Amino acid sequence: MTTTAFKEPVAQAPSGAAAREPRRRTGRLRRASLPYLLLLPALLLELLVHLVPMVIGIVMSFKELTQFYIRDWSTAPWSGLGNYKVSVDFDAPVGDALLHSFFVTVGFTLLSVALCWLIGTAAAICMQDTFRGRGLLRALFLVPYALPVYAAVITWVFMFQHDNGLVNHVLHDQLHLTGKPSFWLIGDNSFYALLTVSVWKGWPFAFLIVMAGLQNIPRELYEAAALDGAGTWQQIRRITLPSLRPVNQVLVLVLFLWTFNDFNTPYVLFGKSAPEAADLISVHIYQASFVTWNFGTGSAMSVLLLLFLLVVTGGYLLFTSRGRRAADV
Amino acid sequence: MAPARSFLWSRRIFLTLLTGFVLTPVYVMVSSSLKPLADVTGKFRWLPSGLTIRPYIDIWSTVPLAKYFMNSLIVAGAATVCSVVIAVFAAYAVSRYDFRGKRVFTVTVLSTQMFPGILFLLPLFLIYVNIGNATGIALFGSRGGLILTYLTFSLPFSIWMLIGYFDSVPRDLDEAALVDGCGPLGALLRVVAPAAVPGIVAVAVYAFMTAWGEVLFASVMTNDTTRTLAVGLQGYSTLNDVYWNQIMAASLVVSVPVVAGFLLLQRYLVAGLTAGAVK
Repeated sequence: MTTTAFKEPVAQAPSGAAAREPRRRTGRLRRASLPYLLLLPALLLELLVHLVPMVIGIVMSFKELTQFYIRDWSTAPWSGLGNYKVSVDFDAPVGDALLHSFFVTVGFTLLSVALCWLIGTAAAICMQDTFRGRGLLRALFLVPYALPVYAAVITWVFMFQHDNGLVNHVLHDQLHLTGKPSFWLIGDNSFYALLTVSVWKGWPFAFLIVMAGLQNIPRELYEAAALDGAGTWQQIRRITLPSLRPVNQVLVLVLFLWTFNDFNTPYVLFGKSAPEAADLISVHIYQASFVTWNFGTGSAMSVLLLLFLLVVTGGYLLFTSRGRRAADV
Repeated sequence: MAPARSFLWSRRIFLTLLTGFVLTPVYVMVSSSLKPLADVTGKFRWLPSGLTIRPYIDIWSTVPLAKYFMNSLIVAGAATVCSVVIAVFAAYAVSRYDFRGKRVFTVTVLSTQMFPGILFLLPLFLIYVNIGNATGIALFGSRGGLILTYLTFSLPFSIWMLIGYFDSVPRDLDEAALVDGCGPLGALLRVVAPAAVPGIVAVAVYAFMTAWGEVLFASVMTNDTTRTLAVGLQGYSTLNDVYWNQIMAASLVVSVPVVAGFLLLQRYLVAGLTAGAVK
């Protein structure tokens, strides 16, 4: 198509937009109803797929919604805070399992995000300069991100098989590291299996974002630092990493939310009910709702999860924006 | 100045290890898809005992893969087109106009990004079932219903990224178009959107990939005739046998279109992320 013809204005866009900043919004473009018309489809859909379901979800969490009321959920009896009481009663089985699942998810998410960020950043810094085969390597590194989740994770399931998987073959048959072949998809090892797959699948996103962020660091900074006698490692520590700060703040938040809410990976890896050691919260809620058919409790758990994410995200945004403001002063 | 020797060595070692980590599953997928069944049911072996393309023939008859493929294509394609078109209009409005409720809109869009899919799954499931019971319109189990739900993922991200991208398109361009007699829509379609093609392509790639790879909604909201690849691939394990060579062949077949498309368009994706998300 005509993409090349239009490349130029885009390439110069950032500096141009910044220069024109003061006389933005002159009101010349303003016409009262037009923006709303443009927004209308998006508004309707947001309403339909996000806001209405959310309100219904919150209402559902106050109802005694079992399989008998699925045909018409509005007739289900009210249970007040009953579902919430069940969910947070940590001495009873349901609440205890939820708390356990919550801690597993927090631990898993922190580890996974840290590793994804670390590998992604290291790889992006390694690929900052041109060298032979860089383009090919970059394409290869993006493959795990591009692969459909189920195709990628199902391959890992095969690799983690007890009798005919690659992992046990390498660890036991070839390297003799384990006394006997281990189980990876049940029992305590399942946590590490899940973590491995999640990092394998997730780090290329960090790589992609950090690579994009690196492009915005002016070359002159490195040249000036080199003139002042800073070595490669010092340049990375003093220029590259600090310059990535704003990028990292967004990246870590997005990675955290995606990992915390991830359903696809554990579901394909373990099926409808995950082993206790890798019982992530989204699968846990799915199981509470669709396997034991207790939608009320499932909804209450979803709302609690949402509240937690709101508090964490709000706190994080407040903390980082304050940090940014302090750094500016 | 040339990079330090220690950095070059660390880089070489790190990139080699990482390549191994990334490629091992890809190798397993490709090599296992060419193995006879005996090779994948017994002890794992790096090299096949004999190469066969039998799995690539059998995958189409073991499960109705072509049908699932078609379903995935329709659902992911429609969700992509819808979310891109809707997002272009919405992002243009936010980027170019001042209006009441703008902040509320952007904050709402941004915050729906963080909501777990499971939060929408339960209510949407019940809404679809109830609409079906009340009006006879079968949203539950239909492709239309699935397309609608997939907009939950792609729409907020698309709007959010396109706002950033449109902001980086110089305002002078569309103001000139307005002066030349274009209407606002004309300015969007003739000037702003073409200048933002990398951003729009990036958003489309993202929307298609998420829809193509989605498992949660597909597993709840589909039936025998509307099943997508995400659910259909589970059909290769029967009670007695797991046809791992066929699973790997089918995984490869469903991956090739998205991976190829992604790698072809990744240039745009990086450009789009730079302008849209990383600022």
